Amino acid sequence: MNAATAPWIILFTPLVSAALILFFGRYSRKLSAGLAIGGALLACALSWWLFFQPGEVGPNQLLWINVPDVLTVPLGMTIDPLSRTMLVVVNTIASLVFIYSLGYMAGEEGYWRYFGGLALFLFSMLGIVLANNFVMMFIFWELVGLSSYILIGHYYSRPSAADACKQAFIVNRLGDFGFMIGILTLWFATGSVVFGEIFAKVPLLESQGHYLTIACLLIFCGTIGKSAQLPLHVWLPNSMEGPTPVSSLLHAATMVAAGVYMLARVFPLLVAAPIARDFIAWVGALTCLAAGLMATQQNDIKRILAYSTISQLGYMVLGAGVAPGPDVPMFHLFTHAFFKCLLFLCAGSVIVALHHEQDIWHMGGLKSKTPITFACLVVGTLALSGFPGFSGYYSKDLIIAWAVIEKPILGWIAVLTAGLTAFYMFRLLAVVFLGTPRSDHARHARESPAVMVVPLILLAIPAWVAGYAPVEGFFFHLKEPEHVPEILHYALLAMFVLGAGLAILLYRNPAKDPVVIPLFANRFYIDDLYNWIVKNVQDSLASLGGWADRWVVDLFVAQIPSRFTWACGYILRFLQLGNIQAYAFFFGAGVVGLIYILLA
Amino acid sequence: MSPLFCLVILPIAGAALTVAGTRPRDTAVTAAALNFLASLIIFGWCKPDAGYQFVSSFPVIPSLGIHFTLGADGLSVAILLLSTAVTLAAVCIARTPAKHSNWFYASLLLISAGAVGAFASVDAFFFYMFHELALIPTFLLIGIWGSGDRQAAAWKVTTYLALGSFILLIGLIGLYLSLPVNERTFDMRRITELAASGEARPQGSVYLLLILGFGILVSLFPFHTWAPQAYASAPAPAAMLHAGVLKKFGLYGILRLVTPVFHPDVAAQFNTLLIVLVLGNILYVGLVTISQRKLDLMLAYASVMHMGYIFLGLLSWKTLGLAGAALMLVAHGLSIAALFALSGELRERTGTLDFGELGGLAKAMPAFGLLFGFAAMSAVGLPGFANFAGELLIFFGAFSAGAPSKLGLNEFQIATVVALWGVVISTIFMLRSYRRIFMGPIGDKWKALPDIATVPRLCVTGLLVLLLIAGFFPQAVLNYVVPALMWP
Repeated sequence: MNAATAPWIILFTPLVSAALILFFGRYSRKLSAGLAIGGALLACALSWWLFFQPGEVGPNQLLWINVPDVLTVPLGMTIDPLSRTMLVVVNTIASLVFIYSLGYMAGEEGYWRYFGGLALFLFSMLGIVLANNFVMMFIFWELVGLSSYILIGHYYSRPSAADACKQAFIVNRLGDFGFMIGILTLWFATGSVVFGEIFAKVPLLESQGHYLTIACLLIFCGTIGKSAQLPLHVWLPNSMEGPTPVSSLLHAATMVAAGVYMLARVFPLLVAAPIARDFIAWVGALTCLAAGLMATQQNDIKRILAYSTISQLGYMVLGAGVAPGPDVPMFHLFTHAFFKCLLFLCAGSVIVALHHEQDIWHMGGLKSKTPITFACLVVGTLALSGFPGFSGYYSKDLIIAWAVIEKPILGWIAVLTAGLTAFYMFRLLAVVFLGTPRSDHARHARESPAVMVVPLILLAIPAWVAGYAPVEGFFFHLKEPEHVPEILHYALLAMFVLGAGLAILLYRNPAKDPVVIPLFANRFYIDDLYNWIVKNVQDSLASLGGWADRWVVDLFVAQIPSRFTWACGYILRFLQLGNIQAYAFFFGAGVVGLIYILLA
Repeated sequence: MSPLFCLVILPIAGAALTVAGTRPRDTAVTAAALNFLASLIIFGWCKPDAGYQFVSSFPVIPSLGIHFTLGADGLSVAILLLSTAVTLAAVCIARTPAKHSNWFYASLLLISAGAVGAFASVDAFFFYMFHELALIPTFLLIGIWGSGDRQAAAWKVTTYLALGSFILLIGLIGLYLSLPVNERTFDMRRITELAASGEARPQGSVYLLLILGFGILVSLFPFHTWAPQAYASAPAPAAMLHAGVLKKFGLYGILRLVTPVFHPDVAAQFNTLLIVLVLGNILYVGLVTISQRKLDLMLAYASVMHMGYIFLGLLSWKTLGLAGAALMLVAHGLSIAALFALSGELRERTGTLDFGELGGLAKAMPAFGLLFGFAAMSAVGLPGFANFAGELLIFFGAFSAGAPSKLGLNEFQIATVVALWGVVISTIFMLRSYRRIFMGPIGDKWKALPDIATVPRLCVTGLLVLLLIAGFFPQAVLNYVVPALMWP
């Protein structure tokens, strides 16, 4: 095997697993799980192997569509530091989540559907990572949407889950609408869909006024949908209806990370379109702040984490908008993948310990009952809130530092959000683990089985250390900003102390939430607004169309002409006199008339 | 003798045998299976780059240039394969009716014979005649074995399609008359050559007649209202055959008699009008589809809507768009056949297709739900299915079509953007219907529903496998189709 064939094996192993599970999975639970986990482990091992293979890998592609002289769409592999790192992250985390699922899903029905979905999900995500052209990326982009549909809708008998998976798929397609137009725009100007060939033509694009800016913004629509940025963030919290390991996979290394990865992939285009980058930075910062505010008032343990994901994705998108290179947002994606996965698996462990209870106000006092989960959650929380010494500290502060230098307003928004992050995470920690139990389940909770706890511990380590210089230098080549205002570090530390302290103070042991802010709890009413639009605008228009099709289009195109024809026939019937002389007269008159017309 | 004869004769012979009194189902299935095998062999045999093959010709009215000529190139064999595959699935899935079962199967086979004959004809006259032949059994199938207000539906569809055919006939005669006097012929190869060499210059009026005639047959907006009623009333195999195969006659006809024959400038003067109609198909009919409350009507409208994409590809007048239209034509035929097959099965089980009464059926019928999910995903153009590749090529073709405009976007590019929005619309109505029928809590009366039986399961799986093969390897289809679209 060599570095050229390895990516193909990495990519298609999970697809083979998924296909085998589709055909044979229903006969054996062990077989389904084994195929999925085996595929993931093989892909993981190969990714690590590939990571250590030095040097460039030459052109490595097949032709998927080739209409000579007009359009060539290859299926090709990009093997560069970016994709090598991403492969390692995706496959490592996927393997851990797959194994953890063994414990979490034990006893659930639809086992084969679940593991088949996971394998398909991994396949789709790897396709995005490896793609060397826009169309291939778009193909896998859509497949990620499909696999999320399958997994979020795992408990499809539950109306909320059935609605959530539908919403996730549709909202993603909304983003893809813009993405596809962006791809068409770029192809129209450059004649190619391959990343390298388009990047080579950036000077040409730059010379055409705002063309490149518009194209970049359209491409960015894909990120808005997939990475749940404002205003298309609504599907992500609802996706919590899926099993918890799925949420963890969705939020850590796959799906939502795809949007940020795509921005990193097309970074050479973004650099040439400063206006588009400004817009991207603004969307990122506003998402970051808004989601942070929403997170402070949620009561479902998974939804709090979901909003924190949106907020952290906002940081990454902000990073893509302000940093000088793609490594800055990718570094945060990297560290976030570990600690967010850890946090979700901890939440899953809590949920299982409490017999599938997710409301934090039914929890409490779990510190001594589930000590390992507690310890791991603390690590995750510290990493997420950017406590010095933990991974999030290094990656997030880097983005904030760049933002403060490049776009001070956005930078300080990000600093403010850092305080919010500490607040909502310590709120969760305090309500769930401190104080006294608020329900019977919480009183009788026990630590989860080893198959679930071991992945927690394995993830806690990178969540802690993934930001340290040796690790960072191993995966990334970061550029530290110069002239960072001295005050920034103190400000960030102050925000952490403020947020965490306030949360502990407020939430040490209340029976219910002492702070009530309806605007945040109702997510700025954005979901309600969308529901209203769907119900009153889209469905009304549709009903109007349905009515018009029946009573207007059909009436004018079919009914009236047919009545008219019938009426003509009825009138003409009177001309059938049954009299030869009369017919001869009509015939003669017709001939005379015809000759007159022809000669005249 | 041309092996294409065998393709045309087999279903006709099968129909004759069933009417003569053999066991109808066995005869029909055998004929359809043999025909599928034959078309597979022809598909493998055909050399895509070599133009029309297997040609054999008999003079019928030589003075008018009418010959009974059969022949096929890459495009034809691909569509012939689609036709026989859908026929086989339709005949296998059919439930033998209580009355006149021999005529029922004979009608199914005759629709197939008409479609196959049309797709294998090189002579425009017989191309037209074969389609007319297939309309009669369609009328009978809906009128006799249909459901609901079947007779009204049968009359409506037949009148409508006869009207479309009549306009088409005038157009064909106009095309014939526009050829040089001593060269007048119905041979499509010769017509194309004459047009390419500039000896024939058919005018815009002829173009409009042909497009309108073919358009009515493929439910171009606003001439689409026959489709929902007809497909909702038709027995499932008839809906499969008509929507999946026979309707493709109009699109195939445009690829044969319009795009290679008319000068782009002649066509361009009607572009704005036709694009508006196409957007009517995609946007307006898309919205109407969202408002449907019954699965059969929803699928019928969805099929009308997806015709808009194919039409857009055809109007683009670009190799990419035409290739996309041809690919989409095959893909849509397979996917709509699978969907109608499943909705027919569902009606047999539950007696209703009303979204309000169904729900949570995946619990009782997991395999059924899975198959329907696959078919629905193919219809919304998910990558992996041939529909995606077709739509993709159509979008690329349409986006690069037309003349540059001062506004920045020309009419084709605007149409492409709107058509892309149509993708969102189809996602909405497909996922909604899936949500309502298969997800959510299951009603008590559905808990004991048996899962899909082996025969329909195999049929639908077969159609889906073909879709997946063409979706994973679209180049395999394009290799057949594209040379046929590169006229001299």
